[in-house]
Amino acid sequence: MEATNSKYTTPARGIDIESLHRGPKLDMATETTCLEVNNFNLFYGNKQALFDINMKIAKNRVTAFIGPSGCGKSTLLRCFNRMNDLIDSVQLDGQMLLDGEDLNKPSVNVADLRRQVGMVFQKPNPFPKSIYENVAYGLRLQGVSDRSTLDKVIEKSLKGAALWDEVKDRLHDLAMGLSGGQQQRLVIARAIAIEPEVLLLDEPASALDPLSTLKIEELIYELKDKYTIVIVTHNMQQAARVSDYTAFMYMGELIEFGATDELFTNPAKKQTEDYITGRYG
Amino acid sequence: MSTNSQHISQQFEKELQDIRSLVLAMGGLIEQQVANAQKALLTGNNELARSVIALDEDVNALEVKIDEECIQIIALRQPTASDLRLVAGILKTITDLERIGDESVSIARMAMNLSEKDRPKKNYRELQSMGNHVLGMLHDALDAFARVDAEQAMKVAHEDRDVDAEYESIIRQLITYMMEDPRTVTKAIDMMWSARSLERIGDHASNICEHVIYLVEGKDVRHLSLEKMQEIVEGK
Repeated sequence: MEATNSKYTTPARGIDIESLHRGPKLDMATETTCLEVNNFNLFYGNKQALFDINMKIAKNRVTAFIGPSGCGKSTLLRCFNRMNDLIDSVQLDGQMLLDGEDLNKPSVNVADLRRQVGMVFQKPNPFPKSIYENVAYGLRLQGVSDRSTLDKVIEKSLKGAALWDEVKDRLHDLAMGLSGGQQQRLVIARAIAIEPEVLLLDEPASALDPLSTLKIEELIYELKDKYTIVIVTHNMQQAARVSDYTAFMYMGELIEFGATDELFTNPAKKQTEDYITGRYG
Repeated sequence: MSTNSQHISQQFEKELQDIRSLVLAMGGLIEQQVANAQKALLTGNNELARSVIALDEDVNALEVKIDEECIQIIALRQPTASDLRLVAGILKTITDLERIGDESVSIARMAMNLSEKDRPKKNYRELQSMGNHVLGMLHDALDAFARVDAEQAMKVAHEDRDVDAEYESIIRQLITYMMEDPRTVTKAIDMMWSARSLERIGDHASNICEHVIYLVEGKDVRHLSLEKMQEIVEGK
């Protein structure tokens, strides 16, 4: 930095005036791709649910999927860790890459994939065990049993999920005794304990009160340093607040995908405009 | 991008309509204020000048009212996209409108000063042509707002150059008068202030056009050259 030469730098106030002259903050072209979707179609039996989806999801960014009910956003989200494998009638066509590797190819171990791509659902689903054992669950599955290692990871994960201070004195109480917001953060702690690369959040705050919602949003903001986050939400203001990029889907198609601040102030497509401003199509 | 479809919330639709109508009502008052201020200046009609000054209270009240309504909408509706740009554009537009009102009050005061002095032969005709030009700009800017028409807004913005040129030539002329006959200085200074106010009104009218372009195109064209603005408006 040639701060002394620049007439624009005002170090005293800590404002880099020169940065005001730069273009938009986010640009997909400069991002590292984490997930890539190419010509992707999905059918439930004869009914097509996703139509020729093409998108790149940026690493260490928050990407939000918005759209009316039944538009396919959850379906798409569930493809990223192959949750749709559980539904027999589902047929896929096209490519879905995680760090450049096709995640649907036969050699992929689905359990490994889900370790890399964690998921949190709308309703908090803690196991009927203690807080401690909930977070330890994934690690125990991986064969970790050393008490001090477990203690360390559990503390780190609970801190990461902004829950530690609230539960540190009752780690061995039942998780079901926590409030809804706390349970949701516990589930996020459980997901990050195994250090996934991607976190999929399907309506993570829709069953929570406004304050717990804000805590989850704050958490999402903190987590994106370490994880790539994809969130499905019906709450548009929430998508606008937490995400860097937003994808608007309608009737199984990806209508518009771009930087969130641009999409919410000046969308390119009329359908997006009508949806986010609450108009009839 | 503007959209013709209706909001699902009729109430919200109505609230947005209402603030647009209020802005247009405020614009109408301001047009009247400027026209009367100019007339008072040209005719030395003190009655008219006083009415311009009196109207300022109504204008101020409207500004405060519209401001309140916009804040309410932001707080309660969290507008997005074109709705958000409309509310933001209105908040800025009314500031410019209110300033235009203030400038016309200054012109009215100058008119009252000048009415006590001898009328010149030409009866301030130079100011008449500039005033008409500025009044036309203001009218077209408000029209562009009413019809959410970026191209018309662009046309008005272009005219500001002509107004600036007229202003400069008036000033040059007044300087000549003052040098020729120092007794004209007091009068010339009042005329200069009036010309200055008219020039400022032209600037505010172009600002309103920039807000219109923002709310239509979603592009911030402030502080850009006219050529650059034109490219943005055409490049849609």
